[in-house]
Amino acid sequence: MGRLGISVGDFGFFLIAAVAVLLLAIQAVEHPSQFAQVLVFGLADGAIYALVALGYTMVYGIIELINFAHGDVFTLGAYIGATLMGFFASTSEDSFLVANLVALVITFPVVMLIMGAVNITIERVAYRPLRNAPRLAPLITAIGMSFLLEGAMFLWHGPATVHVPDLLPHGPGFQTTIGGVFIAFKDVFVVIAAAILVSLLAVFINRSKLGKAMRATAQDRDASQLMGININRTIAATFFIGALLAGAGGMIWGLYFNTITYNLGFRTGLVAFTSAVFGGIGNIPGAALGGMVIGLTAAFSDSYIGSKWTQVVIFGILIGVLVFRPTGLLGMRVPEK
Amino acid sequence: MSEPTTVAKPSSLWARLHLRERIKDRDTAIYGVLLVVALAWPMATFFVSGSSFLTAQAAHAGTWVLLAIGLNVVVGFAGLLDLGYAAFFAIGAYCYALFASFQLASSPLHHAFHLPFWLMLFVGMFVAAAAGAILGFPTLRLRGDYLAIVTLGFGEIVPQLFLNLDNWTGGINAIGSIDQPSLPAWITGPWAGADSIQIVPNYNFSFDPVAYYVLVLIMIIVAVILVTNLYRSRLGRAWMAIREDEVAAAAMGINTVTTKLLAFAIGASFSGFAGAYYGASFGLVSPDSFLFVVSITVLVMVVLGGMGNIPGVIVGAIAIYFVLNNLLVALPSNVESVASALGLGFLNKSSGDWPGLGGEVQRLQFLLYGLILVGMMLLRPQGLFPSRVREQELKHDAVVEEETVAEQVPAR
Repeated sequence: MGRLGISVGDFGFFLIAAVAVLLLAIQAVEHPSQFAQVLVFGLADGAIYALVALGYTMVYGIIELINFAHGDVFTLGAYIGATLMGFFASTSEDSFLVANLVALVITFPVVMLIMGAVNITIERVAYRPLRNAPRLAPLITAIGMSFLLEGAMFLWHGPATVHVPDLLPHGPGFQTTIGGVFIAFKDVFVVIAAAILVSLLAVFINRSKLGKAMRATAQDRDASQLMGININRTIAATFFIGALLAGAGGMIWGLYFNTITYNLGFRTGLVAFTSAVFGGIGNIPGAALGGMVIGLTAAFSDSYIGSKWTQVVIFGILIGVLVFRPTGLLGMRVPEK
Repeated sequence: MSEPTTVAKPSSLWARLHLRERIKDRDTAIYGVLLVVALAWPMATFFVSGSSFLTAQAAHAGTWVLLAIGLNVVVGFAGLLDLGYAAFFAIGAYCYALFASFQLASSPLHHAFHLPFWLMLFVGMFVAAAAGAILGFPTLRLRGDYLAIVTLGFGEIVPQLFLNLDNWTGGINAIGSIDQPSLPAWITGPWAGADSIQIVPNYNFSFDPVAYYVLVLIMIIVAVILVTNLYRSRLGRAWMAIREDEVAAAAMGINTVTTKLLAFAIGASFSGFAGAYYGASFGLVSPDSFLFVVSITVLVMVVLGGMGNIPGVIVGAIAIYFVLNNLLVALPSNVESVASALGLGFLNKSSGDWPGLGGEVQRLQFLLYGLILVGMMLLRPQGLFPSRVREQELKHDAVVEEETVAEQVPAR
């Protein structure tokens, strides 16, 4: 991997990326409105994937664990959100009232905090006792926790889909068509909410003392312990923040699609994890970017290739990225051990 | 203690087999118990239950044992994490299903193949191994978890491909009425024409569970012998060296890429082997049978049994199979009967939101499986029967740590 030129792997990666962009550009010129419409869907999807991917990348960055339970934490957030919003009986799904706004303002932080607490508990019970165990042991408990959460949600509502109250403003007043592209308030809301959360996270990680401790722990756990960082607290905080974002992601998913099932987190989690790898696992801006790119890819693949091939496309990209550019889009910050 | 000085004469067969010492060895004891139970199983269960259902179940469990033995080569010996093992299983199963059923008659090929099982067993094995090598070749240069992620992606793609290429594989309709193996194999087959040269009447396995049971038992025994020999070979030691420290292994002159590739391909080949058997014994191959859950279940079997230790892995596979297919399945009716015995029979009836105790427990199954996984890992992170070598290493590490601490204290 020469310092001046680019490596063969990178070349292959950029070549494939360039071909993909070129093909999309041709579509964009030929059918601009359809292209823009798909772009809108993709951005909204990608924003949610980005929120979930951040949790994966943070946890992997700090303890090198693929936290399989994270996708289910996301789903549980949507479940709890649906129940909490159901309590606001006076809120209307047909028109947007002040009550809806109050419901959302109350529900969002409550769900996020509950999920944070749940994830800290998971870490305390299932991962911390195994920190010095063989490497596969925490992976198995992560899978066990994933089954456990899915089982809890299955017990709660059974296999049927659960309806999430459609509290966001919708209807003729809150949607518009610009040049043949249909844009609803929801699409804008999802992207903006995700952008706000990701920026807050970035500021937190880069500016706060705890964020600094997280970065230090990710780099070298022993050394940061010697510097007086409380490792257990830092790792717990990482899980907490990851779950805050996953809870918010679950809420946003519920509000956007309005239906959830108990095993939603499995597929979403895998896709989000792919996004984290795509952006360079352990890298926070990378995960956000990866989520957007994967969301867009999924949307483009849905409409141009066929939705039954989307999964193949996404995981094909995953393999391609790892073969040609294992550090991901933005490179990874975690040193290889 | 009772026989302090007399040394057993090496001439007697008893002494030459070293049975006394061998039984004391944990792993040999496990093998012995497993073999005795396996041989007695069809008859014993038939006497107890009066049907061969339990034998059929054991024949099905044998598939999982084969899978666990194969994954153990990858995960336990070479230390490579494979999260898409079901993909190779699917490749083996589809390999047999496509070439031993009427499926290809309705494909663009318009010609059905009916190749004999005994040939396809090895074809499936080689195809799966080739798939493993092709996947492994570009990715095994990567370190650690990247391989896990690549295999995860592969494991998601393969069943989806079998689902999507429905003009070849039947897609969601699955491939049914797959040929059953028959003996003697060399007389049937496409080259034999009609039943012209029958020396012995062919024995078709059809739906006889005992036949499949014997078949899978032989396959497992062969697999165990093969894997044990591999483990003791130069290659096996190279795998262990790579598992412990890849850089050091490379410095010792081990070609790490080739060695890892071999682990990957050999592990995949067992999966293809198991896949062909699965297709033949189950008679139906559907893309739903090879999802991520399958890969995870096999991994759980390996880790729970004790990574790197073949008898441990076999026990782990049987234990997990039992939990998933017997314990959790029978739980609702068991709980119901316990409830009625305790005079709480009213709980069993469903009313309104309450689905009845049995229904509620049935809903609990997923949760219970998760709890079992977490609990087992917390109690025994090294698995039920960890490999002796691993155990020694761990102990050694602990001793070294204690020594260094002891040295540091007086040096103050």
